[in-house]
Amino acid sequence: MDSPILEVSHLAKSFGDNLVLSNIDFSVRPKDVTCIIGASGSGKSTLLRCINMLETPSSGNILFHGEDIMRQGFDVPAYRAKVGMVFQNFNLFNNMTVLENCIIGQRSVLKRTKAEAEQIALEFLDKVGMSPYIKAKPKQISGGQKQRVAIARALSMTPEILLFDEPTSALDPQMVGEVLSVMRKLAAEGLTMLVVTHEMAFAKDVSTHVVFMQNGVICEEGSSDDIFVHPQKQETRDFLARFLER
Amino acid sequence: MSISQMNFFERVVFLLKTFGKSYVSGAGYTFLIALVGTFFGLVIGFIIGIIQTIPVKKTDPLVKRIVMKIVNYILLAYVEVFRGTPMLVQAMFIYYGFSTLFKINLDYMFAAFFIVSINTGAYMAETVRGGILSIDEGQTEGAQSIGMTHFQTMVYVILPQALRNIMPQIGNNLIINIKDTCVLFAIGVTELFSRAKSVAGAYYTYFEAFTIVLIVYFIMTFICSRVLRLIESKMDGPESYDLATTDTLAYTSGMANYPFKNRRMK
Ligand SMILES: Nc1ncnc2c1ncn2[C@@H]1O[C@H](COP(=O)(O)OP(=O)(O)OP(=O)(O)O)[C@@H](O)[C@H]1O
Ligand SMILES: [Mg+2]
Repeated sequence: MDSPILEVSHLAKSFGDNLVLSNIDFSVRPKDVTCIIGASGSGKSTLLRCINMLETPSSGNILFHGEDIMRQGFDVPAYRAKVGMVFQNFNLFNNMTVLENCIIGQRSVLKRTKAEAEQIALEFLDKVGMSPYIKAKPKQISGGQKQRVAIARALSMTPEILLFDEPTSALDPQMVGEVLSVMRKLAAEGLTMLVVTHEMAFAKDVSTHVVFMQNGVICEEGSSDDIFVHPQKQETRDFLARFLER
Repeated sequence: MSISQMNFFERVVFLLKTFGKSYVSGAGYTFLIALVGTFFGLVIGFIIGIIQTIPVKKTDPLVKRIVMKIVNYILLAYVEVFRGTPMLVQAMFIYYGFSTLFKINLDYMFAAFFIVSINTGAYMAETVRGGILSIDEGQTEGAQSIGMTHFQTMVYVILPQALRNIMPQIGNNLIINIKDTCVLFAIGVTELFSRAKSVAGAYYTYFEAFTIVLIVYFIMTFICSRVLRLIESKMDGPESYDLATTDTLAYTSGMANYPFKNRRMK
């Protein structure tokens, strides 16, 4: 088995005296598609934000290829370039066109040439079906389109792993499908993904690994079948039952 | 016909004929001072605004935190003092301060640029700070998530948007500066207002001379506000976009087999 890309161990995070995450342990191996599910407020976003260093963990370790990302002198920007993130609210750069959004990071962070950056950007925009819209500004396209551009922007950095924080939660139902189908395609191509989602059907289909979180701890984890077909814990069953009811 | 026999309009025409050049050069100076002052004020404002919005975390080294604190206090003092006192008094203070304390007679124009710049800078600092703070946190996080440094995030993402958002304020400041440079006649700058005063004094035609100057000021500010609007809509880019045609698609389809693995960053 490949050695893990990411290893999270004993991770804890508190905001003031509000303990939001504790004792989080899991790892991500190449080509894994890990889905994190759990009720609102269970700490899923906080976990992803800790992994991306948008939040500083209170204690514990995160290792990237065995290297501690929190040690003094660790090159955080270079790390972030290899660990992409797709946000619930897209966070596209409003002052740039679709194409520029996908180029700027390649130029400024990876120092790629203009021609190379453009080629790569166009390739991934094509993959998410957004190449006709390269001249549009973010405010001129729909939510689903924005999210697909955000995915292309992250992919353009050729990351080793892509983090998704509820990528479809801010979308109208008819746009959810277009984003999920892009994500299914990426999963099938072997992209390593760590996905926080409330889309249970998607999680069930594409996950190689599922993590169920509750109240800031990992309550249960396992394969897609383990969690969705044979859940062991009562909390997991209750959570899934609530989703099926809807 | 002597000037006392003319009616109002004839006197205005007479003044324009006689002193037109003087008005024009005065207006030129006024405009130049306002433009240069606003520009450097904006530069000062951006520098201060950027410094004031550098994030300081509890985890940062103590030295950095202390230096940032001191720098911020100094900047705050500058902003408060220059916003809180009249430009006329500042002009007097600086101009006569230099000649009394340092025995330096400042060049009039240099003094004018200097005073208007630092005065505008004090206003702009707050404007820029507000402009930066008004940009959604998500823009910063989006930039950081692809590995941009704080500096890159500022230059490529935040400042262009902040600049666009504060354009109306910049316009306001430019217009205020066009009008307020008139106080600089007090230190002997030969801008529009001082020209009008000498024109008025030459024939005792105060009403006519200041009617002309009023109109000239208005024309200048009106043109500026129109031009600024034009710049704003230029910054916004086109209302609509063209869908890329098969050209670009053909270009990309050639790349479809580009091996994913080789491009991975090691
Ligand atoms: N910056 C912050 N300061 C203080 N508390 C925070 C902060 N961010 C998150 N929290 C708290 O941490 C807890 C977990 O939040 P988080 O956003 O990680 O949950 P989540 O599982 O992503 O929920 P959702 O499904 O609604 O997105 C919540 O109780 C929230 O109030
Ligand atoms: Mg969340």
